[in-house]
Amino acid sequence: MSAHAARGADHPILSVRHLSKRFGRVQAVDDVSFDLFPGEVLGIVGESGSGKTTLLRAVAGQEAPDTGAVLYRDRWGGLVDLHALPEGRRRRLHRTDLGLVQQNPRDGLRMGVSAGANVGERLMALGHRHYGTIRQSAHDWLARVEVDPARLDDPPAQLSGGMQQRLQIARNLVSEPRLVFMDEPTGGLDVSVQARLLDLLRGLVGELGLAVVLVTHDLGVARLLAHRLMVMQAGRVVETGLTDQVLDDPQAAYSQLLVSSILPV
Amino acid sequence: MDADTPAAASEETMPRTADPGRLMIDVRGLSKTFTLHHQGGVRLAVLDATDLQVAGGECVVLRGPSGAGKSSLLRCLYGNYLAQSGTIQVRGADGWVDVASAPARRILELRRTHLGYVSQFLRAIPRVPAEQVVAQPAIDAGTPGDQALERARTALARLNIPENLWHLPPATFSGGEQQRVNVARAFARDFPILLLDEPTASLDAANRDVVVELVNAARDRGAAIVGIFHDSAVRAAVATRILDLPGKAEAA
Repeated sequence: MSAHAARGADHPILSVRHLSKRFGRVQAVDDVSFDLFPGEVLGIVGESGSGKTTLLRAVAGQEAPDTGAVLYRDRWGGLVDLHALPEGRRRRLHRTDLGLVQQNPRDGLRMGVSAGANVGERLMALGHRHYGTIRQSAHDWLARVEVDPARLDDPPAQLSGGMQQRLQIARNLVSEPRLVFMDEPTGGLDVSVQARLLDLLRGLVGELGLAVVLVTHDLGVARLLAHRLMVMQAGRVVETGLTDQVLDDPQAAYSQLLVSSILPV
Repeated sequence: MDADTPAAASEETMPRTADPGRLMIDVRGLSKTFTLHHQGGVRLAVLDATDLQVAGGECVVLRGPSGAGKSSLLRCLYGNYLAQSGTIQVRGADGWVDVASAPARRILELRRTHLGYVSQFLRAIPRVPAEQVVAQPAIDAGTPGDQALERARTALARLNIPENLWHLPPATFSGGEQQRVNVARAFARDFPILLLDEPTASLDAANRDVVVELVNAARDRGAAIVGIFHDSAVRAAVATRILDLPGKAEAA
């Protein structure tokens, strides 16, 4: 668990209020509210169809909710409703303050440009113009996420799945965001590759003091990365609490079922 | 490095909050019940209106038959188990924190600054070396990495973990070695409060004696300690007070 965990911060960086989203007859997210504090990693767990990914997409600004608000506290302490912002400001916020790491790196990377350009792009969008500095940053970040910087000019398609995922993480973190959304970041990877990525994420989240909303169906991943868990079932939050408390002493019937269904290794 | 010298008090970067005689833990009317929703809603009452007060410089040993709720009480104190009723006041950096009702981030903060916990089994993070596991609590408390590692190595050496294992993840260690890593982790920095769940369970006599020395040294510096020790000789060597948990026949 990170040294920065919730240190000294008394105002939430993110407040989600009464969020609901319906697809046809399915109430995917049903009146969900939560606060996230700086440096805190919130894990959202549940089975497929529990609404956790829809919730993340709505909170990350990818999908408009039917009702409810997603309030983000910016660097100057002002509260902005992510879904009420003009498009231009929201896009800018996504480049400066927010990050989104998707399960499939292909969804989060630009496959047509080099690995280095994928990392440098966010810096250019922020107004950095000096080619040498941007290339150096890209080089440093590749090294930091354990991708050989010699691959800087290779297109992402030539990298392995694990490397692509690490590249996506570098692309997100290069602009020093404050809040990062992660959707099953280790989902499509082999177990050994997964372990390495988890190590990397755990270290980076701690060092950078990031606030993270992490969606995962893998309770092992949740235990390793999250400070706090929210258990979702059928669009609703059925339980929330300290990660080890929810996993070791689950209260809700559904949480008990989830925890007891893990096969021992 | 001199492995036999315990870290000097002056190196401590955290404020020294341990204070002999000062009340550190105040549990009132604690009840803990497990409701097993998928076993027909069976309710197991483990703790019923339990009280516990522990001051700095005390080592309270929990005693009672298996199933009496000794581990559950420790886990409630650590916030790992959720109490059904009662208050669990623990003194933190900014005064009392009610672990039974505080938000998660307050409990994590309290753990980071005040609570050392030795669980019955080490939950090792894959691929993290033993010395890093042991150094982590001090790093989390703001001790510089190299200094924290230095202390971790001192603690590992004290607990007779061979030096060639320090760089390896503990997942492959024997049960006794893992338990000693677990103990080293809680004693590599001076926590004001220590919660010890059978720290000597799978140890040989020599290492058991080391743990007894560590516990007594912590008590002497003013730590408030709550522990479970099955070995009656160990109990006699560390306890300043015994709390009997009778256990309940109907809970079986």
